[in-house]
Amino acid sequence: MNKILMSGNHTAAEAAIRAGCRAYFGYPITPQNELGEYMAEHMRKIGGAFIQSESELAAINMVVGAAAAGVRAMTSSSSPGISLKQEGLSFLSGFELPAVIVNIMRGGPGMGNIAPAQGDYFQATRGGGHGDYRTPVIAPGSIQEIADMTFLAFDIADRYRTPVMLLADGMMGQIKEPVIFPDFIDPQTLPKKEWALTGRGGKESRYLASLILDSNKMEQHNWNLFKKYEAITANETRYESYHTEDADVIVVAYGTTARIAKGAINQLREEEGLSVGLIRPITLWPFPSEILYTLAKDVKKFIALEMSTGQMVEDVRLALDGRAQTLFYGRPGGIIPEPDEFAHVIRDAVKS
Amino acid sequence: MLKTILCSGSGGQGTLTMGNVLANAAMQEGFFVSYLPCYGAAMRGGTAHCTTSISSEEIASPVVSFPDVLIALNKPSVTAFLPRMRPGSTLIYNEDLISDVPAKENVRIYPIAANQLARDAANERSANMVMLAAMVKVTSLLSLEALQRSAQDLMGSKKSLFAMTLNALQAGYADIV
Amino acid sequence: MKLLNPWPKYHKQNVVSHYCPGCGHGVVHRIIAELLDEMELGEKAFCVNPAGCAVLAYDYLDIDMIESSHGRGAAVATGIKTVRPDLFVFTYQGDGDLSAIGTAETIHSANRGESITVIFINNAVYGMTGGQMAPTTLAWQKTTTTPEGRKPKADGYTLHITDMIAPLPGVAYAERVAVTSPAFIRKAKKAIRTAFQTQVDQLGYSIVEILSTCPTNWKLSPSESCEWIHTTLEKEFPLKVLTDKREEKRKSC
Repeated sequence: MNKILMSGNHTAAEAAIRAGCRAYFGYPITPQNELGEYMAEHMRKIGGAFIQSESELAAINMVVGAAAAGVRAMTSSSSPGISLKQEGLSFLSGFELPAVIVNIMRGGPGMGNIAPAQGDYFQATRGGGHGDYRTPVIAPGSIQEIADMTFLAFDIADRYRTPVMLLADGMMGQIKEPVIFPDFIDPQTLPKKEWALTGRGGKESRYLASLILDSNKMEQHNWNLFKKYEAITANETRYESYHTEDADVIVVAYGTTARIAKGAINQLREEEGLSVGLIRPITLWPFPSEILYTLAKDVKKFIALEMSTGQMVEDVRLALDGRAQTLFYGRPGGIIPEPDEFAHVIRDAVKS
Repeated sequence: MLKTILCSGSGGQGTLTMGNVLANAAMQEGFFVSYLPCYGAAMRGGTAHCTTSISSEEIASPVVSFPDVLIALNKPSVTAFLPRMRPGSTLIYNEDLISDVPAKENVRIYPIAANQLARDAANERSANMVMLAAMVKVTSLLSLEALQRSAQDLMGSKKSLFAMTLNALQAGYADIV
Repeated sequence: MKLLNPWPKYHKQNVVSHYCPGCGHGVVHRIIAELLDEMELGEKAFCVNPAGCAVLAYDYLDIDMIESSHGRGAAVATGIKTVRPDLFVFTYQGDGDLSAIGTAETIHSANRGESITVIFINNAVYGMTGGQMAPTTLAWQKTTTTPEGRKPKADGYTLHITDMIAPLPGVAYAERVAVTSPAFIRKAKKAIRTAFQTQVDQLGYSIVEILSTCPTNWKLSPSESCEWIHTTLEKEFPLKVLTDKREEKRKSC
């Protein structure tokens, strides 16, 4: 198909439909309303389910129902609404049900504002809901990646029977860039979900429960989940490496800040001849720790750049494990840093 | 090649449409593009601006510190963004709504009677398209036809709007000699 | 020899009940199991069970089930029914689940006229957590969180959620029943049959509120509990059909 100019919010919706998603439930919240509006316009026309729910709680639990019945299901929201969905994320993990949750982050805590921010990193990667679980988190860095990563999110969700979060911010939701969509997937052609509950239909009855009162069985369930998370870590860790071959200093940034950092890095390399590079985590959990650890053999300075007061930087520190120095620069609260600002910070790091 | 164009005006002047038509045109011409609208409480009468980046290579940052071109539709836009204009950059402003633009060293400045031209060619509300066409002529960034094709793509289904847009683009392009 | 009351097909056999002696849940489970068989719904049934004593309902009902987080049963059921309208979807919820933490889901699924059936167990108390005040707890009724009795000015008034949603246009059928004697159980079964049939006929949302016993938390014997329902609880929650819009729904179809 042809390239078209599309916003991040519309792209996530269109990509989900093309990836075979046939159930969307959501509640309005800025800056991701265009996603739900796109679903409202298109989902029912192709025989899918669309409901504007009474709350984010209801939306994620409708996702639970649709996913349990074996349908690719999605919900989307922005930070305060994602907080309300955490209970559902925990249950989806406990039930081992696949689903895709889109978080178009905004400033916080509390109501915060509607400007882009990256303050939900901890919530997204550390669980957010209760219990011993992990959520794969994918952070696209362009509109094309939003399309591709939406497909990937559904695939990972189905393959490992887990909720997957697509984490972007208000800027990624709103910018328009050219996108070429992958072809439509007919949901009928997806691998059959033998575990899905669709009535007994002449067979033995089955049930999905996350209540496991017997502690021995609960422990076993936790270890089974853990094994799954180990497999996801081994197979699904993704990152982009940008000019790291000759770098003296490596920036670590994801999503919007990675884009802005690339602008700064280009400026510093071209205009000032500084050897700086970037590792852009595409999966935030699992975090690309190995590549950082490997690079730290030669590179002694890393800078985490975030639109927060410092969240991902903790994963960078854990990954480097003391092998190199970790610096941090952040702009929280909905401020979008500028390339020139980042260039300044990186230059200082190189020269200090 | 990387050109960054900041369009700024008040809500309802078609500022975001300008950037959108531009980005779409550049994409159709084979460039890499990124279009970043300001968003939020933007509404008629408020301020609105957007940044369009056009490049022959993949675009790093959609956020731009120093635009190559500023298209200003109202006075507050000049006040807000002129300080970001670096030597070698270009300011195109709507002289029907903006007076007393301070001179700035090595910034090329083009006043356009956008409201008047739009009124004569189509409708005053098409002043944004007049400005956009004048900009591509000044910068040699794209052809008039590229803008017209993009407009058709985005507004072709609304016949009267599209006709006015074509006339306004023509008028803006012809105004620069 | 013929067994007059065979074990219902959709009730698991050889299970030891975890419910307290005199509890109403077991009776309601049996009614449901019988109806699923009699109405030939069991093979395509999908039950959403709640947090609360009935969280273990899948130990008894022999159909496909999913447990919902506390209060979200109607949302989970909505999700199932919208993607699989061919399934027979019902929730089984208690008073705390349905009319406290899940009030929004209850009202909005009813208001959307979701084609689901809700079995609502009202025993005026939180059973599983040990007898705390529920929205349906009566004024001056003693619970562990209203030790001197529920004081309406401080603790709020008794909530009648089924009466609240019954007038909504999406609610096709709503009835309140009790399960305190064979005669009342037969009436309850008839009400649930009607509610199930409402879904089968695709007429909209249906709900049956069942006044049920909780001898343990009421601190009464099973027989005293049955009496209390009729002498006290029923005064606040009269047994009757609260709405029946099936005929007008049929006409508008």
